[in-house]
Amino acid sequence: MNILFFAALREQLGCAQCDIALPLPASLATVRAALIQHFPQQADLFVQGRALAAINQTLINDENTPVNSGDEVAFFPPVTGG
Amino acid sequence: MSAENASNSQHYIAVQQADFDVAHEYAELRKDNRSDGAVVFFTGLVREMNQGSQVSGLTLEHYPGMTEKALQQIVADACSRWPVNRVRLIHRVGTLAISDQIVFVGVSSSHREAAFDACYYIMDYLKNRAPFWKKEVTSDGERWVEALDKDKQALGKWQ
Repeated sequence: MNILFFAALREQLGCAQCDIALPLPASLATVRAALIQHFPQQADLFVQGRALAAINQTLINDENTPVNSGDEVAFFPPVTGG
Repeated sequence: MSAENASNSQHYIAVQQADFDVAHEYAELRKDNRSDGAVVFFTGLVREMNQGSQVSGLTLEHYPGMTEKALQQIVADACSRWPVNRVRLIHRVGTLAISDQIVFVGVSSSHREAAFDACYYIMDYLKNRAPFWKKEVTSDGERWVEALDKDKQALGKWQ
């Protein structure tokens, strides 16, 4: 599955998106854990609270939320607009 | 970057690089509006001191698609909570200088209480839920602005 990154997280990872192999559906927590495995050097960036997650462009607070095949998934730092 | 309108004709939501004109936005809130006795608006500006550093400018990044969706949801939530008739919400992205305008939130309602509260609510939620990120240029180089606990805690007053 493809995952998008924004802002500081994108810069720290050095990429705007990545592809990880993961059987779907999977919980958001499982996707987060897979990212930590994929980026072991930057694991701390994905800690809950440090990296927010959106599924299909909606912010998700419940880590049990399922991610389905074809969903747009993004991780990014807490927002700082306004 | 093109402006994007909300589906509801009474509301206007835009994410744009271009500056906005407060007089124009205020006029739009009043135009042919015989029912509303109150207009409240807020503008957010780039200030030169932030988190202890001298700032010379900033860049605003966003998540195209999600940003518009998040703003529409925040406006819809505000409108379901208060009897608000018109909302105009504009947020700029791209490169901005000191004292530039960043955000405009304008709300019209029959009475002031709803207009004040809805405007405040929209800003509080925008600060926490809309995917914008500021990167500042300071004397020590560029840095991403850190999210503040006080912005998160601000949501408490609406629970």
